[in-house]
Amino acid sequence: MKDIKYSSAELMIINAARLLRDSDVVFVGVGQPNLACNLAKRTHAPNLVMIYEAGVIGAEPERLPLSIGDPTLVSGSLSVVSMYDIFSNYLQRGNVDVGFMGGAQIDKYGNINATVIGGYDHPKVRLPGSGGSQEIAAWANRCYIMTPHQKRRFPEKVEFMTSAGFIGGRGDRDAAGLRGRGMVGVVTDIGMMEPDESGEMILTALHPGKTVDEAKANTGWDLKVAGQIRVTELVSKKELKILREELDPTGIYLKSNA
Amino acid sequence: MSKLISLKKAISDYVNDGDVVYAAGFTHLIPFAAGHEIIRQGKRNLILARATPDLIYDQMVAAGCAKKVIFSYMGNPGVGSLRIVRTAIEKGELEWEEYSHFGMITRLQAGASGLPFLPMNQTGATDLEKVNPKIKRIPDPYGGKDVIVVPALNPDVAIVHVQRADKNGNAHLWGIIGEQKEAAFAAKKVILTAEEIVAESVIRADPNRTMIPGIVVSAVCHVPFASHPSYSQGYFDRDNEFYLAWDKISESQESVQEYLDEWVYGVKDRNAYWKKLGQKVHKRLSIKPRYSEKISYGKY
Repeated sequence: MKDIKYSSAELMIINAARLLRDSDVVFVGVGQPNLACNLAKRTHAPNLVMIYEAGVIGAEPERLPLSIGDPTLVSGSLSVVSMYDIFSNYLQRGNVDVGFMGGAQIDKYGNINATVIGGYDHPKVRLPGSGGSQEIAAWANRCYIMTPHQKRRFPEKVEFMTSAGFIGGRGDRDAAGLRGRGMVGVVTDIGMMEPDESGEMILTALHPGKTVDEAKANTGWDLKVAGQIRVTELVSKKELKILREELDPTGIYLKSNA
Repeated sequence: MSKLISLKKAISDYVNDGDVVYAAGFTHLIPFAAGHEIIRQGKRNLILARATPDLIYDQMVAAGCAKKVIFSYMGNPGVGSLRIVRTAIEKGELEWEEYSHFGMITRLQAGASGLPFLPMNQTGATDLEKVNPKIKRIPDPYGGKDVIVVPALNPDVAIVHVQRADKNGNAHLWGIIGEQKEAAFAAKKVILTAEEIVAESVIRADPNRTMIPGIVVSAVCHVPFASHPSYSQGYFDRDNEFYLAWDKISESQESVQEYLDEWVYGVKDRNAYWKKLGQKVHKRLSIKPRYSEKISYGKY
């Protein structure tokens, strides 16, 4: 069999797409999450309903959206509502199955920092802030994040908790009375992490050719490994073709380092 | 009574130094023309509130109009960092007050409804609560879990760009409707800019599309293409190339000053700005129509 070549972005997007189920209602961001959702919709999840935080429900973009408010999301969608409605009627009310998160850092308990590095009042690096992520993390039924596997992205504890995963452990999330199951999958370019019973992110899968040592070396906490570690299915030609030819033909979001 | 005046006069009459300004529009219908007019008129010490400060506030901060920003996501959408606001915050040169999107929008919703505050469910992420004393938690008087509350935001002036309005300020808008309606009802004064000024009969032919009624509007200004480099759904496309270009322009103070000199101070109004953009850009941003199906309201 000929080796199929793909970038780390393609590897993550394809594996994230596979986590979506048909008929999921998914809260999508632009960029890689948008590609993962559109890929899922064109393969195993034709009934996926995509919601964008700009207030668009059931978007079927004809071109690659370049911002969260791209007009291509609106034309042909099922509904367009105000921001207050999207966050209250859809998210807070519990009408969203999946939330795709972004963020600079994610910690051992799946908490995300998208706000600041180096102290809030005198920031060393000021990041964009929550946007919708604080509420998505709290109220979607399942949350996923995809991010390259690098130590600086996976600290033991985030210095600012923009959005809650399991906080200091699963009991904390339950005590806060949040909806849903929290951060259930972290897709990286090495493999995948999922929470154990305590809410700690542990290594549960490796992509073909990747090793446990690589994963451990690039994680900021003492990464535990699941008893039975899965190897993810090879990236298929069909998945790559849809990504490269239909969804992102100029490679805006696909071309990150292999 | 007609409220139709020039944008220059509207900004001069209704925006004062020190005001809390809310320029509405979540990525769509962002009132750039009004932002540029505020810069030209040299307004100072403004408190600029917007869920997403976007390039409009980056430019206003660069021009020295602002003393504070209130926001919930500070980025160049689809591109990356919002360099000027970000650097000003990192250097301690600009005050800021921060919420999540829902917190920010709930503040406006409370303001629009005439309430002192509104509750939201807890999110478990308490760090923003710790750094922003305006975010509080109170017991649910009906015995449930504590709720988070945020105070009403009632801007001194809201600026809203719409696709079409009549001369009294009754406005139709469609596409992404973000927080325009809430901003208009929450504010003490409302400046509308519109792609088209239409007869009242056009508004009356489709009353469900009227998001903002004339009764809350102070001034109506006819300003086609006022939202460039964002867009007006059905009129022209978003100028993503400019959003990318701004990432470079905003890298240095010199290139920002050059931009302001050429595209803000150097043009009289939006009409001159649009002409200056030139036919190539006009063509790149032009779109084909895609119509909705007609509905009947019935004759009664």
